Amino acid sequence: MNIHATPQRTPAETAFVDAFGDRLTQLPGDPAVMVKRDGAIEQVKAGLPTRRIESWHYTDLRRLLTSVADFDAAASTTALAPLIEGSKVLTLANGVSVDDKAALDGVSVVRLSEKLVDGSFAPALDLYGSDDAIGAVNSAFVADGYFVDIADGIELEQPLELQNLQGGAQSHVRLPVRAGKGVKATIVERQTGTGAATVSCVSQLLIGDDAEITWVIVQEQPDTATHVAQFKAEIGANAKLRLFFMNAGGKLVRQEVIVKAAGEGAEFTMRGVNLLSGDAHTDVTMVLDHAVPNTSSTELVRNIVTGRAKGVFQGRINVHQYAQKTDAKMACNTLLLSDDAEFSTKPELEIFADDVQCGHGATVTEIDRTHLFYLMARGIEEKAARGLLVKAFLAEVIEEMEDEPLVEALEAKLNDWFETHV
Amino acid sequence: MLEIKNLHAKIAGTDTEIIRGLNLTVKAGEVAAIMGPNGSGKSTLSYILAGRDDYEVTEGDILYNGESILEMDPAERAAKGIFLAFQYPMEIPGVATMEFLKVAMNSQRKARGEEPLKIPDFIKRVKEAAASLSMNPDMLKRPLNVGFSGGEKKRAEILQMKLLEPKLCVLDETDSGLDIDALKIVSDGVNALRSPDRAVVVITHYQRLLEHIVPDSVHVLYKGQVIKSGDKSLALELEANGYAGVIEEAA
Repeated sequence: MNIHATPQRTPAETAFVDAFGDRLTQLPGDPAVMVKRDGAIEQVKAGLPTRRIESWHYTDLRRLLTSVADFDAAASTTALAPLIEGSKVLTLANGVSVDDKAALDGVSVVRLSEKLVDGSFAPALDLYGSDDAIGAVNSAFVADGYFVDIADGIELEQPLELQNLQGGAQSHVRLPVRAGKGVKATIVERQTGTGAATVSCVSQLLIGDDAEITWVIVQEQPDTATHVAQFKAEIGANAKLRLFFMNAGGKLVRQEVIVKAAGEGAEFTMRGVNLLSGDAHTDVTMVLDHAVPNTSSTELVRNIVTGRAKGVFQGRINVHQYAQKTDAKMACNTLLLSDDAEFSTKPELEIFADDVQCGHGATVTEIDRTHLFYLMARGIEEKAARGLLVKAFLAEVIEEMEDEPLVEALEAKLNDWFETHV
Repeated sequence: MLEIKNLHAKIAGTDTEIIRGLNLTVKAGEVAAIMGPNGSGKSTLSYILAGRDDYEVTEGDILYNGESILEMDPAERAAKGIFLAFQYPMEIPGVATMEFLKVAMNSQRKARGEEPLKIPDFIKRVKEAAASLSMNPDMLKRPLNVGFSGGEKKRAEILQMKLLEPKLCVLDETDSGLDIDALKIVSDGVNALRSPDRAVVVITHYQRLLEHIVPDSVHVLYKGQVIKSGDKSLALELEANGYAGVIEEAA
């Protein structure tokens, strides 16, 4: 007989378990969805992951998540201008969809609260494993979001922006997007708000053959908020996914990126920027599966860390045995601007095919003093000179987007951050 | 304009003294050449003038227009008109050359209480200066010094000098790595800046540069001191006989 030592629940674990009991009757869901919710909360009851769970080694969620915000759908949120002018915006406030289904030609938008009861959505709530803590919390509580379906062949001229706004409350949303064959679209995901919120968000993107999708995540939570998110995508044959993320806020942040190159000729590009200051703890964890032959990927993450902030990048590339001719390159470069700043990088390549090209590299540096001297010797004050060098370090990642309005908007975001943090 | 008095300096955090009681005076309008064998402290002197913090001044003073510059950081010195043309200009990936030039010019203007340059005016100035140095304008579209040849880097230094219009120009082995044509172009660029209110300190190993930039005074630096000063004929003498005679004479 096994004797289970039941660890004492942390206040955060208790808050989740109690809230599930309180909210169960209000959570939308057909019977299959409710079964998924029940399974998910069981996983939360078993305890949030600690550093002993490998995928959470650098982010001990059980220890770091010290409190959880209350639910309050009525908490006031601040309206947000879209990142790119002219975007079609769909807003969520404290976890509730506020925009109606009105959409663009060839794009159907359904509130997730309706999708959750139509008998089709339960499989989407499956967890990826016993360490899927974000999936578990989200599946248990998710009540709303937007389900977006872009019909075959549609080319969106303007970006679609999905705004997830919080006013200091707890919220859990999902943003499932299906892009049909040959679709061309830019989708912007905004994560921001005003208070000490606890937010989970799961974005799920299914990309049809020959489609080209650019997905941009801009996370600017206040430095009191906890933000845990997943971006999951499956890329069809000869389809391209370009993912860009910018983490520029939050107290405790984990962004998981789970991508599968599922069709031959699929291409995945990930470019990310982590701007970490104060006491922020930000973790980006990527799991990329090259599942079929002839797929390619490149990932480049650049980090600026100042104050007492801590950053983590875990990048795992699985090349399946069948996935010959995979071409994958991953790099993570960090610039530490203060003595107390920290960054941990863990690249992992698991390769079962024998005819592949895979590489990874990681660097951690400080500002080059000879560069600083050179700029100052031309009359540029130290603060401005440091700013130029830090921006130079990030410029490559952003300029590569090759989309002028997007590059300009992201550069403006960078400048905002520099003004207040460097 | 420049008065260096009994300057002693060491590598910061060590006891390695490089400059050992150096005295040098350069007047406005003067072109002073500093020559000397390898390891005599020529480049160190140029870095100390520009304010690099790898070196620590332990004794003596550097006066610029009568004011000590030792407590000023490199940006303040530059804003006051001191310019160092680097022997090895740094390559700085990600910093666009034009952006760098604009920020540098406007920072100095701001420090002097002047309005920032209007963009068309700025572009016009850069284009004119680049043309006068026979620089390919495409180079200015690249990140600062990245992928520039040795000669292109030296031209880019002189371009910056023309645009920033400093009062005290220190050229650290600007001739190294230049072919004869480039040497001529760079020297013409420096000569065009000669004026009664501007001083130039030329650090070089070779007489060759001094045929193009003719100095008013020549100073021999050895073991961190000026051991002999003279006019341009001193440079010819060194070229013919080497440093041994001068060093022996001073010993």
